[in-house]
Amino acid sequence: MFTANKGRLALFGVVAVGAVIALAGCATGDPLATDSGDSAGETLVVSSSNYYSNEILAEIYSQALEEGGYTVDRQFKIGEREVYLSDIEAGGIDVFPEYTGSLLQALEPDAAGGSADEVYTELEGVLPDGLALLDRAEASDQNSWTVSKDFAEQYDLTDIASLASVPEPIQVGGNSELESRPYGPSTLTEMYGIAIAGFTPVEDGGGPLTVKALQDGDIQIANIYTASPAFAEGNLVALDDPDNLFFPDNVVPVVSDKVDEGAADILNTVSAALSADVLVELNAKSSNDQESADKIATDWLAEANLF
Amino acid sequence: MNLLIESIQWILDPQNYVGGNAIPLRVLEHLGFTVATLLIASAVAIPAGFFIGHTGRGRGLAVSISGAFRAIPTLGLLTLVALSIGIGLGAPYVALTILAIPPILAGAYTGFEAIDRRTIDAARAVGMSEGQIVRGVELPLGLPLLIGGIRSAALQVISTATLAAYLADFGLGRYLFTGLKTRDYAEMLGGSILVILLALALEGIFATIQRFVVPRGVVSSRSRVVRVR
Repeated sequence: MFTANKGRLALFGVVAVGAVIALAGCATGDPLATDSGDSAGETLVVSSSNYYSNEILAEIYSQALEEGGYTVDRQFKIGEREVYLSDIEAGGIDVFPEYTGSLLQALEPDAAGGSADEVYTELEGVLPDGLALLDRAEASDQNSWTVSKDFAEQYDLTDIASLASVPEPIQVGGNSELESRPYGPSTLTEMYGIAIAGFTPVEDGGGPLTVKALQDGDIQIANIYTASPAFAEGNLVALDDPDNLFFPDNVVPVVSDKVDEGAADILNTVSAALSADVLVELNAKSSNDQESADKIATDWLAEANLF
Repeated sequence: MNLLIESIQWILDPQNYVGGNAIPLRVLEHLGFTVATLLIASAVAIPAGFFIGHTGRGRGLAVSISGAFRAIPTLGLLTLVALSIGIGLGAPYVALTILAIPPILAGAYTGFEAIDRRTIDAARAVGMSEGQIVRGVELPLGLPLLIGGIRSAALQVISTATLAAYLADFGLGRYLFTGLKTRDYAEMLGGSILVILLALALEGIFATIQRFVVPRGVVSSRSRVVRVR
């Protein structure tokens, strides 16, 4: 039994090594020139956090790199930012799809924030040595004040400030920490003069229960991530945030210096194609259709036809 | 240890005794919710349990249903119910009632089943009607086990009632969620301590009730047997 397993494992190993050599061959044209210093022969470690959407992004970047002839070692689902940040800093990870605003706040708690570009520049300034930022995608996965479509149409709401025109006080809903956040209900009153009726805790982090509460009218505004698949159904409107109450959280690959120009080009090409709608659509495929990250990434890359 | 002292300070802090988030208010909400849930669950489970215990019919069904009920994860059920009826206290009531039914049901029918068959036959032989047997013989003799069932349901409900705060501004669970999400661990632990104290107090009350509902005849006959030995 053991011998049979070992045999199978060895066979698998041979196939895997063969595949690696074949892939390296695609890139260099000379499968034996592994020590020529060409980094295309090196293995790039791509990681993701334990967040399904982040894993899809990591899978997309991985597959794009593989298509470009690079070998990818996938180290996915490494917990939360607190856990993997030290790994990135130590150089154990070469490519990590990150979010500009959240990473900035993790590295620099007193960061000023601002527009998407300002946050990107700030982040470049505080990034540890040996790490670099590639181009940011248009897609972002950030906090937002979101209302139901009916409510938005009823009072003609477009941005956060327009909430002040709603005649009745507004019921706010979301995780309990929202009440005390800098962009929370008290700020809405102070900055825009919006009348707040109260705060209803719904502890599912902007998930289906929060969406249901918005649609039932139990609450009028809630904090829902802009890349949430709930937006795919078109019944929700994320209010514009021209004053940057929230930190913009654009998708951006954080890379080590093992990522050469060729790899950077590939990653930038992918990021350029990642629009806000694309990310919502990818997330919806995972949440609503229960597709695997692997399949979602392959399908999207084939459809986008980038390479 | 430091955290424990901080959380006790949090419980004693006069600031936490005013306003809409005051400790006494949260304790009352929590207790009210627990009592209401137990009443609803009892209204369903006790008559069903008495019927099963008295007639012996439907026992297999009751055992399997209550076994299945016990296996349902309460948070999952809560979410599922809330997705159909919306946020607020409705979903927590449904979820926790389902949590409370199995132990009460089991207490009700095992209380009846544990009675010596000869006692019931004797009651029937002296001409008591079925209704009289239930009220005069089975109910008092089965009461300690029934109270035991309600006691274990109460313990589960009072600790799980913290989940009511998942969907509403309600109960002691509020402190747990707020403390966890804002990393105010003194508040979180303080809230937990309050839940534990409530649970212990309720346990004490039920233990006392359970002792007093044992019919006098049962106690004295038991003690006489002990003495003879």
